[in-house]
Amino acid sequence: MDLNKEQLLDMYKKMVTIRAFESKAVELFAAGQIPGFVHLYLGEEAIATGVCASLEKKDYIASTHRGHGHLIAKGGDIKIMMAELFGRTTGYCKGKGGSMHIADVDLGILGANGIVGAGMPLATGAAFTCKYKGNGAVAVAFFGDGASDRATFHESLNLASTWKLPIVFLCENNGWAISNSQENHQNVTDISDRASGYGIPGVSVDGNDVIAVYEAAAAAIDRARKGDGPTLVECKSWRWRGHFEGDPGAYKDPKDQEEWLAKDPIPRLEKNLLKLKYATQAELDDIKAAADAELEAAIKFAESSPVPDPSELFTDVYAD
Amino acid sequence: MKQMTYAEAIRDGMRVAMQNDPNVYLQGEDVAQFGGCFGVTAGLYDEFGPKRVMNTPISEAVIIGSAVGAALTGLRPIAEIMFVDFMGCCMDELFNQAAKLRYMNGGKCQVPMVLRTPCGAGQGAAAQHSQSVESWFTHIPGVKTVMPSTPADAKGLMMAAIKDNNPVMYIEHKQLLTVPGDVPEGEYVVPLGKADIKREGSDITIVAWSWMLQKALAAAEELAKKGINAEVLDPRTLIPLDKDAILKSVAKTGKLLIVHEEVKTSGFGGEIAAMVGEEGFDYLDAPIKRLASPDTPIPFAPVLENAFIPSEEKIIKAVEGFF
Repeated sequence: MDLNKEQLLDMYKKMVTIRAFESKAVELFAAGQIPGFVHLYLGEEAIATGVCASLEKKDYIASTHRGHGHLIAKGGDIKIMMAELFGRTTGYCKGKGGSMHIADVDLGILGANGIVGAGMPLATGAAFTCKYKGNGAVAVAFFGDGASDRATFHESLNLASTWKLPIVFLCENNGWAISNSQENHQNVTDISDRASGYGIPGVSVDGNDVIAVYEAAAAAIDRARKGDGPTLVECKSWRWRGHFEGDPGAYKDPKDQEEWLAKDPIPRLEKNLLKLKYATQAELDDIKAAADAELEAAIKFAESSPVPDPSELFTDVYAD
Repeated sequence: MKQMTYAEAIRDGMRVAMQNDPNVYLQGEDVAQFGGCFGVTAGLYDEFGPKRVMNTPISEAVIIGSAVGAALTGLRPIAEIMFVDFMGCCMDELFNQAAKLRYMNGGKCQVPMVLRTPCGAGQGAAAQHSQSVESWFTHIPGVKTVMPSTPADAKGLMMAAIKDNNPVMYIEHKQLLTVPGDVPEGEYVVPLGKADIKREGSDITIVAWSWMLQKALAAAEELAKKGINAEVLDPRTLIPLDKDAILKSVAKTGKLLIVHEEVKTSGFGGEIAAMVGEEGFDYLDAPIKRLASPDTPIPFAPVLENAFIPSEEKIIKAVEGFF
């Protein structure tokens, strides 16, 4: 592990911020303050955090419908995010995207996407731009186990490997394609096995161990940056919530749920930080408290932001 | 001016744009050394090399999806889908991605790309290689739809499509590829959203595009011999649609026939008819008529295919029905 104190504490801060953001989103949705569909990243915080730790601002990511964590990990501002969830003009998408489409294109995010598996071709195109321009940037396509069954997965991995594009296919295997468990939707246990069909490396790691995620992603990103082509990285994790808020997840076995809750990635990182003496418990508690306070400020910002003027309906359809 | 075919004019538009802008590149199935299924991209690989003219796998979703990603990140892709009939394999990449990303990101990004694809019957290619489905695309806010009918327009609209900062469906007709015409050399742009009166007349307005425009022009010559002076209006781009030009022509003639090759039900002719009904009803002295293909798949046997395609004779008959 080549992570120093500052990097690990930064990861910790990102993870607790995602946790705080998503936990608040649960409450706000239940209270009817967030309209629309909301898909939460609770339990998967280590993945986006571990991956984005190796990305620079010039690098691209394609996010998913479960995209809040990706945006925070890539450097998103939770005030502007919360405003978007509230459908306000100060949000990242001026209130036109909402939770499912929340993204900051200026941070190299090619959109959060409401279509499962649609981000992979977009990231493949962004990686093509990186290679075409020779700018040393790379792209990471986040997608889930469900998306790994789509034709876009095959087409993107095939094209990107044939063209040796600087891209990482980052599968967040959270065990569930909506209500369908992994063993019911595909005949492989390790999705990374599919890499061999494209002649590229594939690796599976514990997605609840941020250091393991970091190491696998860093190696894949480095390989892409060097011009050696794509890697398929599978991070195994668990979706704590239902597919969307409002889905009680009754299809889950409570025993499985309990087991995975015990593998919570945040206390695992805490243990490491304490063992390495990078922080005291009090300092970690302070980071959490700061994240909660930041969240409260974000909600106030969102609540006090203006709703769009109805004339906004007609803008941004076409570029000039 | 230089004599060239419609196919050569499309190629010339791409070539000049690629010479002028290093961010323009071309990708699609068999577009490189092979020169495209219909030879439209012949020679571009030799001129611009493998970095800018690339064969893709037979993977329509990633052909279009990666073009969207490249367009989002600063390039100006031209992506070819070998037949418009194959658009079913990449519709999400067009209608949920290319068309929506700008809007759903609050206008903070743009998708400047051209999706080139040939349409049309007349070659015995049957149900899956002959269709015209432009109203699939005109129904998607965020996409522009271009359908040239002459070599000069083919070049000028191609150059406009490449310069446009939005996803543009550029639909070329297979039956027009060998049609010759005078084409301006060098940079030549026909603005999107400007109709062209291809033949002036005073008795009736015929709105037609793509291959049907050529048939309408031929029919108009025959009709002139019978004393009917038809105006033939080519919208050239369906989105944006030059409503003013259509209304102006109908105000002059009082009669409107719309001819298109896509099937009649939910075809774009219905949109034009409704628009004129709403905004130009008082100009009309007869009900609007549509001549289109019947609501069937396209058959193989030449006698059946000919029965499917709106012909010059059918146009003449439809016009005569007004008088």
